[in-house]
Amino acid sequence: MKRVMRVMRVMRVWILLATLLGAPTVAVADQPQPPKEFVPVDEVPPGEQIPAINLVAAAYGFVWVAVLGYVWSIAKRLKQVETELADLETRRK
Amino acid sequence: MRKLTTPFIALSAAMLLAAPWIINAAPYESTMGLVQKVFYFHFPSAILFLVSSVICGIHSFRFLFLKRQSADAWALSAAELGLLFGALTLVTGPLWARKAWGVWWVWDPRLTSSLLLFLIFAAYLMLRQYGGPGSDRLAAGMALFGMLNVPFIYVSVNVWRTLHPMTSVVPTLPTDMGIPLWFCFTAFTMLFIALLTLRATLEHQRARVEALYLAEDEG
Repeated sequence: MKRVMRVMRVMRVWILLATLLGAPTVAVADQPQPPKEFVPVDEVPPGEQIPAINLVAAAYGFVWVAVLGYVWSIAKRLKQVETELADLETRRK
Repeated sequence: MRKLTTPFIALSAAMLLAAPWIINAAPYESTMGLVQKVFYFHFPSAILFLVSSVICGIHSFRFLFLKRQSADAWALSAAELGLLFGALTLVTGPLWARKAWGVWWVWDPRLTSSLLLFLIFAAYLMLRQYGGPGSDRLAAGMALFGMLNVPFIYVSVNVWRTLHPMTSVVPTLPTDMGIPLWFCFTAFTMLFIALLTLRATLEHQRARVEALYLAEDEG
């Protein structure tokens, strides 16, 4: 009886492992693929351009603000440390 | 080192100023139209976000296992830049997605794993700031996990179902879209190198200040 129970337990573990490992493979195989490339076009419908401009401007604006903010932050911190370093070196002399 | 970083920053700033004109000259993409132009800033930010994680991970490995103290300064600098470029990626992406997909965010593998990497960088920096003694080693361990996330983020769009374009998009770009992309990528990369060098210089100077304070206390 004990042996049967052990065999059943081993089988359950194998079934669980097979399900866990097999399910993602099946799921991946059945999925539709996203587009593989961008296709340029010369003419864009006018309605398309108006709302998108706000999003594009927001994206570019954010990049500029974030980068300039970070450059300013580094410059400020670097200046503070270099002043402190100069003070310490003067004191040592 | 700083003599080199100033021209790098100036040149990349000039290139980024010229970028909108070059991007404007690029053709519109057929299904997404104007909003696809976010791609020219989004892609370089995303790649440098992943590069930051790899640099942070490699230097954390050197710091943890090879006991190179100077590597910690580079790891910390890369983590800070990872947070910056991660923020750029995670803000420009949803602005693009709102128009292209009709939603700001979807919990697909690419977006979720990128957010996870961003949170790892945030946790790394918070640990360094508030973790107290020994937090540098804990943070270095965390950076290794961040680096392990990078291949997963990169291949996620090719393996799982996702709305995000696949990695094959960039190599197959037509020339008139490729030129502005690689122009922006060069500008962002130069900026990244300059900022990384400056940030590491700051950390080295801090180490010198600490050493001088210690020498004063001992004297």
